[in-house]
Amino acid sequence: MIPTNAPALTPLLFLFTGLLIPLAALKLKKLAYWLALAATALASAAALSNIFRVLDGRAIHYHFGGWPPPIGIEYVLDPLSAFVTSVINVIALIVLIHARRTVEADLPEGKRVPYYALVMLMMSGFNGIVMTGDFFNLYVFLEICSLALYGLVAVGDRKSPVAAFRYLVLGMIGGCFYLLGVGFMYMNSGSLNMADLKAILAVLGPRPGIIVALAFMLLGFGIKMALFPLHGWLPDAYTYAPTATSALMAPIGTKIGAYGLIRVLFFVFVLQFITQTVPVATVIAWLSAAAILYGSIQAMAQDELKRMLAFSSIAQVGYIGLGIGLANPWGLVGAVLHILNHGLMKACLFLVAGNFRMKLGHSRISRLDQEARRKMPWTTAAFTLAALSMIGLPPTVGFFSKWYLAWGAVRNKGWVFLAIILLSSLLNAVYFFRVVERFYLRPKQKGEEAGRTAAATSGRSEVTVSMLAPTLILAASLLVVGLLNAVLVQGILLKFLPPGLAALKP
Amino acid sequence: MNPQQVYSSLVPLWAVVVSLAAVLFILLSSRRPNLREFWTLAAGLAKFGLVLSLLPAALRGQTAAADLFEILPGVRLALRADPLGVLFALVASGLWILTSCYSIGYMRGLKEHKQTRYFAFFAVCLSATMGIAFAANLATFILFYEILTIATYPLIIHQETPEAVRAGRKYLAFTLSAGVLLVAAAVWTYQLTGGDLDFRRGGLLAGLPLAAGTAVPLFLLFLAGVGVKSSVMPLHSWLPTAMVAPTPVSALLHAVAVVKAGVFGLVRMAFFILGPELLRRFRLDTALLVLAVVTILLGSLLALRQDNLKRRLAYSTVSHLSYIVLAVGLLSGPALVAGLLHLAFHAVMKITLFFCAGALAVRLGRENVSELNGVGRVMPWTMAAFTLGAVGLCGLPPLAGFVSKWYLGAAAVAGGRPLLAGVLVLSGLLNAAYLFPIIQRAFFRRGEGLAGRKEASAWMVVPLFLTALLSLALGLYPNLFFDLAGRAAAGLFGSL
Amino acid sequence: MANFLVGHFFYWFVFLLMAIGLFGIVLKRNLIKKAIGMSIFQVAIILFFVASGSKWGGTVPVLDPRLGISDTARYINPLPHCLMLTAIVVGVATSGVAFALIISIWRRYQTLDEPELLAKMKNDPD
Repeated sequence: MIPTNAPALTPLLFLFTGLLIPLAALKLKKLAYWLALAATALASAAALSNIFRVLDGRAIHYHFGGWPPPIGIEYVLDPLSAFVTSVINVIALIVLIHARRTVEADLPEGKRVPYYALVMLMMSGFNGIVMTGDFFNLYVFLEICSLALYGLVAVGDRKSPVAAFRYLVLGMIGGCFYLLGVGFMYMNSGSLNMADLKAILAVLGPRPGIIVALAFMLLGFGIKMALFPLHGWLPDAYTYAPTATSALMAPIGTKIGAYGLIRVLFFVFVLQFITQTVPVATVIAWLSAAAILYGSIQAMAQDELKRMLAFSSIAQVGYIGLGIGLANPWGLVGAVLHILNHGLMKACLFLVAGNFRMKLGHSRISRLDQEARRKMPWTTAAFTLAALSMIGLPPTVGFFSKWYLAWGAVRNKGWVFLAIILLSSLLNAVYFFRVVERFYLRPKQKGEEAGRTAAATSGRSEVTVSMLAPTLILAASLLVVGLLNAVLVQGILLKFLPPGLAALKP
Repeated sequence: MNPQQVYSSLVPLWAVVVSLAAVLFILLSSRRPNLREFWTLAAGLAKFGLVLSLLPAALRGQTAAADLFEILPGVRLALRADPLGVLFALVASGLWILTSCYSIGYMRGLKEHKQTRYFAFFAVCLSATMGIAFAANLATFILFYEILTIATYPLIIHQETPEAVRAGRKYLAFTLSAGVLLVAAAVWTYQLTGGDLDFRRGGLLAGLPLAAGTAVPLFLLFLAGVGVKSSVMPLHSWLPTAMVAPTPVSALLHAVAVVKAGVFGLVRMAFFILGPELLRRFRLDTALLVLAVVTILLGSLLALRQDNLKRRLAYSTVSHLSYIVLAVGLLSGPALVAGLLHLAFHAVMKITLFFCAGALAVRLGRENVSELNGVGRVMPWTMAAFTLGAVGLCGLPPLAGFVSKWYLGAAAVAGGRPLLAGVLVLSGLLNAAYLFPIIQRAFFRRGEGLAGRKEASAWMVVPLFLTALLSLALGLYPNLFFDLAGRAAAGLFGSL
Repeated sequence: MANFLVGHFFYWFVFLLMAIGLFGIVLKRNLIKKAIGMSIFQVAIILFFVASGSKWGGTVPVLDPRLGISDTARYINPLPHCLMLTAIVVGVATSGVAFALIISIWRRYQTLDEPELLAKMKNDPD
């Protein structure tokens, strides 16, 4: 394989598979799942190997159709896009292994093949957004993955079409705002290519048109990443979507918006522009701080586990936004590291919720008790580990994200931000321990006898290996990645910092 | 400052790891209690043995160093068994063996549930304690500190009664908040030093030009971070509430591991991060002294009011821990030596008292002081041990408590603060006021409902008598700890 | 000032359309009207792009032998048109999905009025 083709491979692979699946399934229905899995595995391998290709810090460019930019569309593989695609594809792979059983359980026969095809389209969209170096192409893939997601959300239970409709309307508005931003950008600069725009903007300076463009693009990405107060679509979509969709959406979907934000703010605009000329970074930082508090507080009030995790995700996206808004090297490293860390944690948590739905028939917190733990000890253990990570206990990944973000905050003397980051650990502890307590402690109403008879009647009824293994792999990864975080940060993340930021390192 | 000789050795790492490995075996042997308990004891003996092997070098002033991988950019997960760490580790690992024996007697005596969970998490706690003792930098310290916090929780809520759950929640609320503040302090330190978090003799931050606006908040963050576990007032209220835990848990963790980790952390923060020079410059040492005095006196006064024996002992711990805070605040070599002696000696004496309290609860079902009339006749060994421990806590010779208290008082006078010595004397009187009545009731009053009762099982009585004898022995021959503490304090006070 | 308003009249019209579209999405209760609002919003943006490429006195971007290629300023910019072809397709697909969802919602809840729908959902067991 020619190395310069690397950037384009993963989106195209998924597109191709997405079209192949309905055709192949005409022959044999089962092929749908296996093709999807194979494509994701291939893409993960490619994405991981891509990281090694760009470790020296130089980017690989691919020009579609041979047309050089800024005339043609180019795809860029640099350390950031290599990292984010690896995260997306590997997590999707692990979730897909889990998905086979839940898709069989949740979806009627006729919808399974189209489901996997949509998943492929969604993955194609995600990978395209990350790899692309062209603003309009980003819009195209944004809409591809959004449309696929609307469909994926809608196939759930009775309430999911409503959730999907709301998601559709809000997502559409977001996409349109983004498009409007691209339009303004094009009108003022004449180019759609990111690298080219960087050079042009350096000369143009702060024109009103450019500022408006930035604002609209931010709105678009903000809706996509569910940054407070643009998060309205998220709770319902995560809650009512089928298990596999939630597990695919939650760890990855919002991160794409964050990635877009990082690309636009740091790789196209000059650092000074976003911090001083138009204090965009400050606005994002404060909105993120609000998101952290809002998400955590709302999560405490939820009874349905998936809904609690949804609000928790809003808070976690706030972390990423805060890291972006701090606009310093360590905040940004923290934000990108959190893309990985939160992806792992949320994927594990949503898989656990899926396991509960599969075996217990529900995922309502008020109905969870020691019964759940006795039946599914491994699943509850995975949940506990993920909960500890969300709270931020070392040496799990959650601690390290918070460390880098806190460091970024201290560097900027943002004491309020530091306080909010740390306070959120305590808030997380409140709503996660509420659930963990239910698993391991005796319920308050029942007496001794009830506890003993329950022990006698329920035996182990853990989920199958294909569902348990991904859950446990993700849980274990929380420790492994945590311990190895220094390797990740120094080996990969520090390499992607744009020159303006890299100069600020202590 | 004499440079410390550092030699590399993996023994500190094994000391931390051995009980983690035991956890696996404990979990696997949950159906065979005798085998399961064997693993705990084996791990305890192994751990103690490993720490003992570090002792000769520590007495010579050497430090065993084990550097692992990088955990943060520029900071490694690293263990250093310097004399200070070896002192703490010695106390914790040695007392774990005795507590494990005691636990076996206690848990079986009460036919407690979920014993596997108990022994497993106990082992994790001790692993974390070793990690805290040997942590070479703030990152490693925080790692093990937080693990200790979480691993203690299942032990506190062991009974799973609503009361226990509430106590556990209170404990977590206090300790997690403290942990968060400690992280804030660490991140800030990381920022100030440009990526260095090592514990350095004389203070990591010593050379930096810090203004009051930075130093004072930083100190407060560190203080709150370690102060909760050290039970400094007003951060102490989790400790009495946590007495709902089974007695061996209260004994080890709240008299030895958890709270001692707190004061140990305070010593590290004061002398290895902030540095005595900084503390003196901003009068933070005075702040420590004030807090210590308030806690010493108030703790003792509150102890007087408690009828529940374990709660009384808990407030006594709160008070005694501040002896060590006082020692830190005096900012001198002799004071620190006295403080470290008290860290070790108080642990031995307090654990005796808790063991006795547990024996009384198991054998006689009595938990309140008012119920203890005449128990001395039925459980003479237990109450004799109690007497030794109590006398030691009051600071009377020839027990260990006298030695540490004497040195602390002498250091206070030498440091130009004779009033503090007076506080110590007063505290001794208060100790007597809340401990001696118990002895008096036990031996000199007639009890009811004691017919046919006898001593607790050997699993419980032997450990508690051993610790009582140890309090006596250390009072007569404190040289080992004295030398170790001296080594620990050497070179910390450079220009003072 | 007058020049500003009159000279950019088309953009004012486009923003008016966007406002109408947003108004529809946010304030209308019926789901179909929301979908219509969404459509209007999107079309407004498409028009915005197309307008950005047009020029006074420009001709279609097909090679005119009378003008030749030396005077490219006389041709209107074709790039926004290409971009908008894609956007139109996206709009069509999204409207299709939206209406499919509306049909599905109708089948399950027998209403397309949002407040009523939310009330029914609240009573609906999960």
